[in-house]
Amino acid sequence: MSDRVPLSVRLSQRGLDGVTLLALPALLFVIALFVYPFLYGLVLSFKPKVGGLFANYVTFFSDPFLYSTIGKTLWLAVPVTLLNVALSVPVALRVRLMRRQRLLTTILVIPITLGTVLVAEGMLNYLGPRGWLNRFLLEFGLSSSPVRLIHNYWGVFLSLVITGFPFTFLLTLSYVTGIDPSLEQAGAMLGARARQRFNEILLPLLVPGLIVTFCLSFVQAFSVFPSAVLLGAPAGDTRVISVAAYTAAFEDYDYSMASAIAMIMAFVQVAIVVALLGAQKLVYRGPAGGGKG
Amino acid sequence: MRGRMPAGERLWATAIWVIVGFFVLNLLALIATVVVSSFGTRWLGTWLPAGFTTRWYASAWEEFQLPDVLLTTLEVVGAVVVLSGVLGVPAAYAMARRDFPGKALLMLVFLLPLLVPPITFGIPLATVLYRAGLAGDIGGVILANLVPTVPFVILIMVPFIQQIDPRVESAARVFGAGTFRMFVHVLLPLLAPGILAALLLVLVRTIAMFELTFLTAGPTSQTLVVALYYAVFAAGVRAGQSIDAMAVVYMVTSLLWLLIALRFVNPTQIVTRGKRAG
Repeated sequence: MSDRVPLSVRLSQRGLDGVTLLALPALLFVIALFVYPFLYGLVLSFKPKVGGLFANYVTFFSDPFLYSTIGKTLWLAVPVTLLNVALSVPVALRVRLMRRQRLLTTILVIPITLGTVLVAEGMLNYLGPRGWLNRFLLEFGLSSSPVRLIHNYWGVFLSLVITGFPFTFLLTLSYVTGIDPSLEQAGAMLGARARQRFNEILLPLLVPGLIVTFCLSFVQAFSVFPSAVLLGAPAGDTRVISVAAYTAAFEDYDYSMASAIAMIMAFVQVAIVVALLGAQKLVYRGPAGGGKG
Repeated sequence: MRGRMPAGERLWATAIWVIVGFFVLNLLALIATVVVSSFGTRWLGTWLPAGFTTRWYASAWEEFQLPDVLLTTLEVVGAVVVLSGVLGVPAAYAMARRDFPGKALLMLVFLLPLLVPPITFGIPLATVLYRAGLAGDIGGVILANLVPTVPFVILIMVPFIQQIDPRVESAARVFGAGTFRMFVHVLLPLLAPGILAALLLVLVRTIAMFELTFLTAGPTSQTLVVALYYAVFAAGVRAGQSIDAMAVVYMVTSLLWLLIALRFVNPTQIVTRGKRAG
């Protein structure tokens, strides 16, 4: 009897019917314009203009002008992300108690909405030698000569704080507000001081969320591009890996090399994220219930 | 509560507010410099410009071909909003209503374009689009911009559709509504708030999407943010105030839509991808 059941019925029992097919166009789109290009880039990176299979990768890792970009990018992305996460946690814990959070969150969403290009233009004006900040420092005798904050490492660093901190903060805030406040109240009732409540109750609940936040913020900072060009020294200190990939593709027209650099960039990002998530599993066993949901 | 806070805790709270205040102050000053400069005549070594004028807007309008750029931006953003709705909403409906083998994998495929930064997948994507002869004009820009926005719509819409009772749809069917009528008269009105929120967020994100447009645009298909990048990159060729005037035009365009969007969504949703949509 059972093999008489029509195919369509058997399929729909497993959740496959006309409605499921509605996901097909979107899936085909993502495969065509995300999965396929990525695989294409991977294959292309092994077909260099000159040389053997691994020629692009050999070139990258033997030319200091190219391989140093990994170190330079990490030297920007890691400190910025650590700073942003470290600032976000105490601020989010305080803002959580605020009744009118919305004004602050609205202000903080502005730099994310405006994007890095506009922030770069603003910083060139504001932090430049004739900008308001240097004017303030000189006027009040805080510095004897204008402080150089653009066209170097610090310009890119600050721009990553200005666009990155709101991003990190809003993510952290969404994790912090997911923690049931009664847990902390119970701790307070049992005599735990603020520091103890943070170390013993909040932090263990926050660690998984903070690791995800760190990963997302890091990946964003690692792929810094416009501000590294506009606010940094794109031939020197802030020649980040995305600048190297862009130069290879659109100035040297070596798409094969550009794909290789993009793959190396993706690999470093994935390696760091996997390492962090792995370390979390190894070192930290989270509470069974979790604080969210 | 506040009165009984120990001194150490009060000091800590003050320190945090000082940090937040310092950040917000610098942020607002940074935006204000651009606005003041765009209206200023000569601004050398003083707190404020010597005088105020609107002529930079007229010159920016001509120099940067702002009418063309604004039209391109409008076309790109409009097409991206409509197409990501058309592709994303039905997919979200399938993901929300059906359980099928491989659903977790499918969700991962939809999640990846949001997690991988645009510059990383943008370079291979631009390569493919150039080889296919699609990049360099407005079609390529639209296709590239859709890559993160289609998954974004799906991610926002899935929880929204899940909270609509499926019995409402069954009831419509029982009363004889066909798929099309059920969709137009029952589903669409129920989904409208969620779709509106998702598409407004797509709109705000697409106006600011620099990397993907930058990698795929040709000279005639630049959006406002890419044109602004080129202007800042070539600063010194043209008057700084003119660039600032263009920056203000960009700022007004994007913040206007942000204000509209914030009437329907929570600010945190722009970052956390609509966990609490609707």
